[in-house]
Amino acid sequence: MTVDAQELDNIEVELFTQAMQRRHGYDFSQYAPASLKRRVLQLVEQLETRTISGLIERVMHEPQLLPRMLDGLTVPASDMFRDPSMFRGLREQVLPLLASYPQINIWQAGCAHGQEVYSLAILLEEAGLYERTQIFATDLSERALHQAQEGIYPAREAQQWSRNYQAAGGTHSLADYYSARYNLLKLDQRLRRNVTFAQHNLVSDGVFCEAHLVLCRNVMIYFSNPLQDHVLSLFRNSLVRGGFLCVGMRESLDYATTAATFTPFDERLRIYRLTHQPERQQA
Amino acid sequence: MTTPQAIAIGCSAGGLDALKVVLGALDPRLTQAVLVCCHSGSDTVELLCEVLQRASALPVTEAAERHPVLSGTVHLAPSGYHLLVEKDRHFALSIDPRVQYARPSIDVMFCSAAEVWHEKLIGVVLTGGNADGASGLQRIRELGGIAIVQSPSNAEISTMPQAALDTAGADHCVDLSDIAPLINRLCLP
Repeated sequence: MTVDAQELDNIEVELFTQAMQRRHGYDFSQYAPASLKRRVLQLVEQLETRTISGLIERVMHEPQLLPRMLDGLTVPASDMFRDPSMFRGLREQVLPLLASYPQINIWQAGCAHGQEVYSLAILLEEAGLYERTQIFATDLSERALHQAQEGIYPAREAQQWSRNYQAAGGTHSLADYYSARYNLLKLDQRLRRNVTFAQHNLVSDGVFCEAHLVLCRNVMIYFSNPLQDHVLSLFRNSLVRGGFLCVGMRESLDYATTAATFTPFDERLRIYRLTHQPERQQA
Repeated sequence: MTTPQAIAIGCSAGGLDALKVVLGALDPRLTQAVLVCCHSGSDTVELLCEVLQRASALPVTEAAERHPVLSGTVHLAPSGYHLLVEKDRHFALSIDPRVQYARPSIDVMFCSAAEVWHEKLIGVVLTGGNADGASGLQRIRELGGIAIVQSPSNAEISTMPQAALDTAGADHCVDLSDIAPLINRLCLP
């Protein structure tokens, strides 16, 4: 691999992005380039094409591959109670404030395989709020959504998840919420009773609910600054005044102008609150 | 010869002591950005930054998402995220799956730094008990950068430097105490 070959790759990634956009309407042009390139090269390996150009041919002529490609480009990743301190913060600081609403809407954007959706449901259940909560769990990848709905995960994760749950202030045993069989564990499907799973593309789709809490963790790290800004404005338009936004523990909103409408609620936990009404933003 | 603009250092088991030696002896006049990926079990690198800051004359900070790569500064990859560099020399993080069982992975950091700095990058592989860094170092060499590997016989754990040598070879294979003087020589006019 020389510098020339590297440049060739860059051109091909751009063409691939155009092919995805024009053939299937999925726009990855504003994804952070370094990660996107890694993922495209991984797709080349997975689909065993010789070059990225080979991938373009398959984008054009094998539409049945689209779900796999979307899955590969977005690499759904999640954990039960990932970053336990954030979940503890939700439990102790945010849920008591949400409790004042008669009906609570939560939007989990980029829910991947759904582990955080179930974590959230458990948290709400234990806070006695779940009966009046509606969770909208969305993702770009249909394959990821399907897995999220099933709620079946490898059992090897169980120990780590239990530790996370305890560290997040869990009041039961996490095992109360799943059944284990062979090497798999299945989350209690009753946890899903107030969850709506739906495909939603943060790049191109609009606001669809009035939310009191939006979780979008480790999704915007893959977006360019303008796209991050766009997505933050979606969240701003979706949230009620005083609504909460949670992003990933190492995510930075420092370069997003829209971030000015959010006030840090707990800076360390990356929990923000919508303070301004959107229309007042210019004032 | 072109002057390097950045130095990427990877280490794993035994890496803390090795980093103290290397960062401790870097010339304070260096203007190169130093990127460090060190596998550690802890949830944050705050403590690691503090310890290394005491050893280093250059400022040591955690690399923050979207923030610019600063010259003459040591940036540590955050815990639990891959660290990448964009062409415009800003940091990007990813939580893509582990590479070589590691996140942050040295390979990921090396590859993305290589694509940005090409021949103006020095890659350094220190002690460690796995093969992370080997293919990244190969990438650095392919794109014209300089590869320095700690002599396996001199490393606390030889697996990582040996894997790097086997996969990528090196322009310099030296003992730990010689690495910083070598970097200073390559970087200062």
